[in-house]
Amino acid sequence: MSAIDVREAITRAHHEEWARVVASLTRRFGDLDIAEEAAAEAFATAVARWPADGVPPKPGAWLTTTANNKAIDRIRRESKRDDKQREARMVYDDDPPQPVGVIDDERLRLIFTCCHPALGMETRVALTLRMVGGLTVPEIARAFLVQEDAMGQRITRAKAKIKTARIPYRVPSAEDLPARVSGVLAVLFLVFNEGYLATSPDTDPVRHDLTAEAIRLTRLIRALMPHDGEVAGLLALMLLTEARRTARVSRSGELVALDEQDRGAWDAALVAEGHRLVRERLASGAAPGRYQILAAINAVHTSARDIRDTDWSQVVALYDQLVGLDSSPIIALNRAIAVAELDGPEVALATVDRLDESLAGYHAYHATRADLLRRLGRSEKARAAYDKAIALAGNTAETAYLTRRRDQLG
Amino acid sequence: MKYLVSVIDDGTGLATPTEEADIDAFNDRLQAEGYWVFAGGLGSPDPATVIDNRSGEPVVTDGPFVESKEYLAGFWILEAPDLDVVLKLAADGSKACNRKIEVRPFL
Repeated sequence: MSAIDVREAITRAHHEEWARVVASLTRRFGDLDIAEEAAAEAFATAVARWPADGVPPKPGAWLTTTANNKAIDRIRRESKRDDKQREARMVYDDDPPQPVGVIDDERLRLIFTCCHPALGMETRVALTLRMVGGLTVPEIARAFLVQEDAMGQRITRAKAKIKTARIPYRVPSAEDLPARVSGVLAVLFLVFNEGYLATSPDTDPVRHDLTAEAIRLTRLIRALMPHDGEVAGLLALMLLTEARRTARVSRSGELVALDEQDRGAWDAALVAEGHRLVRERLASGAAPGRYQILAAINAVHTSARDIRDTDWSQVVALYDQLVGLDSSPIIALNRAIAVAELDGPEVALATVDRLDESLAGYHAYHATRADLLRRLGRSEKARAAYDKAIALAGNTAETAYLTRRRDQLG
Repeated sequence: MKYLVSVIDDGTGLATPTEEADIDAFNDRLQAEGYWVFAGGLGSPDPATVIDNRSGEPVVTDGPFVESKEYLAGFWILEAPDLDVVLKLAADGSKACNRKIEVRPFL
């Protein structure tokens, strides 16, 4: 086996087995910290040994056994120092979870613990990427432009809180499940969005590493909870968005709006997979949640051969449905963009102007107004709106796009 | 596992009769379901006295150790298997006493 093959085997094992190893060790030793450290050591051992010894026939089992031994070594070392270890074990619920149609995979417990509502949102994101995603602390720190020390402390503090406050290591009860699943999906959507529309002027406009990681973790949750509509909806939404990734930014690093994108450059396989998921949800007949509706909107866009071919009445109808679930002004703003295509920019502008109070600090609000004013030929007002949008936009591709649009005003 | 469940008041003052009745009902439930260890109401921190006897001579200071708009107005000590259970109880407790609640584990 060549060195490249071994390296690929290690990468694949890391992708496929990391969360499983951490989850099974957490269950066995009742301690996230021990599990994380032992898993990291096991993978380091693989990196050192597999090139010479060859890749074991069952890499997952090899890694779990190695990690188990590392954990036992550490516990032996520490139990000589004090017996606190045993007292501070995490609560592990031995009762099987109530039948809610989920596979009781160890990794689900891990995911729900990392995304527990008693942890702050930033902490949940960091912990999920570390424990479930297997990203290193420096990688997560870079992804969110935080100092490595600060990120390390955030994760350490989270592990300590889980242990001392006894955040349980289990799949929530059927009654709590929908709220807890939506908490998990919010974490993954945040990771995806930070990749899709990176907010820093110092990073690439699209961070493929983050979108890919978010999709990978959402696929995992989809495999673990195949009957959850919102999980399917979020995965479809991510796939249909990711499919357009390369068409969304020009070679010169400028955002390309939907109407100007080369639709032939969209990833047909991702579009097809996203459409399949949306159709599956439609066929279920169950009332859709917000991710499913957002996915359906993206399915309409990705079904159209060009912008004129888009079924805007369908898009507006879906937004109406979404407004019924979520009355946030951002959704109202996105609905107005579709209304502009159906009923004209004048009607849309009237709606958008009413959102001023809540969205005055949001770049997309000003960008939308600017575009509507431009289409109505009100150049001066459009220019002022572009200026505000440019000042507020953090994404480099978006800033470039808005600047060009502004400078093209007559 | 024991948790300190604190009632945070931001100057609303003492509990109203309805709140008191709701708190009583909540306390009864805590006892019936086996979570109750202890509870007490404290009211405003105005009558507090701070004593520091770290250097031989006790120094007495009038008033609470920290001046803030929000203060501890009462607490429960609850016995519960894990944080999820306490968070649910605390949510009901917050509704009963109509105040914010902080949950902290004992060591």
